[in-house]
Amino acid sequence: MDLAAQLPFLLGLAWLAPLVSFVAILFFGPRMGHHGKNAAWVATAAIVTSFVLSLAAFGAWLGAHPVKAVAHGSHGADAGHGAEHAEGHAEGHGDAHGGDHGHAAHVPHAYSGDWYTLYQGGDLKLSIGWYIDALTVLMFVVVTFIATCIHVYASGYMHDELHDVTDHEVHLSGGGHLHRPGRFPRFFQALSLFCFSMLGIVIAGNLAMVFIFWELVGICSWFLIGFYYERKSASNAANKAFIVNRVGDFGMLIGLMALWGALGTLHFADTPAADGAGVARPGLFSLVRPAAEGHALRVPDGMVKFSAGREVAKIAAGRAASPADAAAEVSRKVDDWRSMGLGRWLLFVAGVGIFCGCVGKSAQFPLFVWLPDAMEGPTPVSALVHSATMVAAGVYLVGRFYPVLTPDVLLVIAYVGAITLFIAATIALVANDIKRVLAYSTVSQLGYMMLALGVGGWSAGLFHLVTHAFFKSLLFLCSGSVIHACHTNDMRKMGGLARVMPWTAGTMLIGCLAIIGAGIPFVIGLSGYYSKDAILAQTLSFARANPSHSILYLAVAGGAFLTAFYMFRLWFMTFAGQPRDHHVADHAHESPAVMVAPLVVLSVLAVVAGWTLPGGFGLANLLEQARPAGTEATATGGFAFGSLTYPAEHESHEGAIHVTATLTAFSTALAGVLLAAAMYLWRIVSPDVVAKVFRPVYTFLANRWYFDELYHAIFVVPVLAIAKLASANDRGVIDRIIDGLAWGTRQIAGIDAWIDRTLVDGLVNATATATWNAGLELKKLQTGHLRQYVMFIVVGTVALFVLASLLFRTTLAG
Amino acid sequence: MTFGIDACVTPVFAAGLLDGAVSVTHYLVVGAILFTAGIVCMAVKRNALGVLMGIELVLNGANVNFVAFASPYLRGENAVSLGLDGQVIALFVILLAAAEAAVALAITLNFYNNHSTVDIDRADDLKG
Repeated sequence: MDLAAQLPFLLGLAWLAPLVSFVAILFFGPRMGHHGKNAAWVATAAIVTSFVLSLAAFGAWLGAHPVKAVAHGSHGADAGHGAEHAEGHAEGHGDAHGGDHGHAAHVPHAYSGDWYTLYQGGDLKLSIGWYIDALTVLMFVVVTFIATCIHVYASGYMHDELHDVTDHEVHLSGGGHLHRPGRFPRFFQALSLFCFSMLGIVIAGNLAMVFIFWELVGICSWFLIGFYYERKSASNAANKAFIVNRVGDFGMLIGLMALWGALGTLHFADTPAADGAGVARPGLFSLVRPAAEGHALRVPDGMVKFSAGREVAKIAAGRAASPADAAAEVSRKVDDWRSMGLGRWLLFVAGVGIFCGCVGKSAQFPLFVWLPDAMEGPTPVSALVHSATMVAAGVYLVGRFYPVLTPDVLLVIAYVGAITLFIAATIALVANDIKRVLAYSTVSQLGYMMLALGVGGWSAGLFHLVTHAFFKSLLFLCSGSVIHACHTNDMRKMGGLARVMPWTAGTMLIGCLAIIGAGIPFVIGLSGYYSKDAILAQTLSFARANPSHSILYLAVAGGAFLTAFYMFRLWFMTFAGQPRDHHVADHAHESPAVMVAPLVVLSVLAVVAGWTLPGGFGLANLLEQARPAGTEATATGGFAFGSLTYPAEHESHEGAIHVTATLTAFSTALAGVLLAAAMYLWRIVSPDVVAKVFRPVYTFLANRWYFDELYHAIFVVPVLAIAKLASANDRGVIDRIIDGLAWGTRQIAGIDAWIDRTLVDGLVNATATATWNAGLELKKLQTGHLRQYVMFIVVGTVALFVLASLLFRTTLAG
Repeated sequence: MTFGIDACVTPVFAAGLLDGAVSVTHYLVVGAILFTAGIVCMAVKRNALGVLMGIELVLNGANVNFVAFASPYLRGENAVSLGLDGQVIALFVILLAAAEAAVALAITLNFYNNHSTVDIDRADDLKG
């Protein structure tokens, strides 16, 4: 099998394995051992299968496309690609035009195709298909690996659910606590469905399929946040997450409609012609960045024509006799219209619309409010769904969809990311719930990724996505271990846990160091060091090229400081110093091996994930293989927010910019750690005094910038008011009308009943009475005297004769 | 030759019964007398056996009529049958009369067992 057939096969199986597990647990879960104990094994086996298959695919990929150090500035190194492109007919981008360009522009290796067509009618084709490039393969490995760790961890963490559970957070009206049966299989069932959905997003070959699985992960998130659904807070949080995501998905639908309405396709890659030569139908990527233009971004013909609809109609009306002439004239004029700027707003709307979906899913400003509440779910869920994978789906989609995003859309993304990262980081400074600190940290880091993508750092953003997945799932699992030991989320009750939980403390320290990007500058560092530096460098490079947007760099640098501060505040409050609450401290114990093992594995990856081996093998260079065509060089563009220059990403690795960025990252992180140590470890500055001095700021942050209150006031309250109005209308007007109709019907029915009883029944009764009376009279004739009967017969016969002779006399007489 | 009441009865009465040759009419007169005697017997006798005898008379009055009407005088010369239709029906009637008498005597016997009498004026249990 060549790679083009091998990859979809392996990854397709990896994608479907969790679905099998989901179906199996759905139908047979409660029968899998005592209280469904073996459901954990089924789900874990499925995800391990996925992981192994993903690794196999990864190996196959590396065999065909070895990762080499990217030779910046000399694209001649890619000259070999032309030959490679000829091999696979399913190779979406490469083969069609690989040979046409002597300068051998960078074109990512990508394989695409459809497994199954859901619907095809006219232009519309909805299908289940694949689009596989280095990013897809990498994401498969990362998602299945983290999911494997978390499945193992969860089989230990969720053991309470194997027995009947008493939920101390649910107070019944009787005064007691809720007793319920354990829900162990249900948890793994939802986890399996989630893995299936997430992998579906990653492998999706078109936006319609992305949208389907987008909604599926949404519902899985709803299931898992609301796992303890008897708790009011959990069910509210689940609903909040679902509803807030719908807001974003509305924008996504608009984006989908803009694309489909104007371009008639939602496929990423070109659909090859049936005979294998040429392109039957161009995909979104080559429509927006046609190979003939050197993959430079331009508004596709479809959108130009869509915007110039009136002109097109005029031409069609003018040459109604020969539609071919009209079409020719339209295509002659398309370039003129394009240069007039027609259609660019449509492309902008499409990009921003798709980004809206990502804003909801990746918890960006202004839709980030659901993510901290989502921590109501069990901790393994927070680690897998709400930090490492699902919330990264938004970033992944922006990365996947990157070729279609115009500079203006990217600027919107950058600013949304910057605002998000700043707001979330400030809130994390004062949060006291250990999981909420991590939740805000997640929001903040997602903001980093969005910002990186928005300033043209395609590989920086996705690099951070991968490294963040490792260390954030590690941090969450550590926090889960702490919560498991302490039975509380409140950091103010912890402290000094490092002595009793050395493994958890150590691995969490590694996670904290990774997230703040610790390392020895220019020598070596943890994974976050590389990805965060890349983001800083690209932002700095962007800020230099566009001085009016240098505030973005300040946001990134400030964010790095805040990140370091709140992460180490968390660590010091939890693990260092003396125990603050002796109930908690006496109770605490190290978690079982099944929970510690994933921590160790993840912490190793949190350290090494960013490294580049001497041969050039590393995540950054792997991602470069998937870099969208036409984004490797510096580009300028933009119409809505002035002209923007997007510096090439490799420029940010060079000399001055790189040095400045690395030093900024190092010094801000160091300052953050030192400040945290001063306040929470050495106690030189008392946090309480700081809180008192900056009382208004502290209150503002502790109340999470009043976002919940704001949304409550401007969305929830009006919606409730409208609902009340509608309900009043329903009861006061519609119900009244219906009641009136019912009353009228009753009256008419009363009249009917009277007619029925009096006239119809009367008639029937009268007939019956008459018959009865006649019977009574005739009864008297039956005397029982035989001789009388004989007389009756004789008399009757004679009478008949007499009668007949009288009536028929003429006949008798002849 | 047509058959009708006007064709046979009226001339007979006109010619007188006693001075004419014996014809169908005489048989009909005998049948009518038997029939009337049977009816009168049924109407006036209180003894159940007497009533049964009256029934026999009525049936035999009818039989006489059947046989009379089957006589060659009344049959067309073109008739294709054997000319025994009336006699066959009379035989049937005798047969049915025997069966009926058997049933009726059984009823009478039962009635006697229950009421120690065969007076049909006492048999008014089925009064309406």
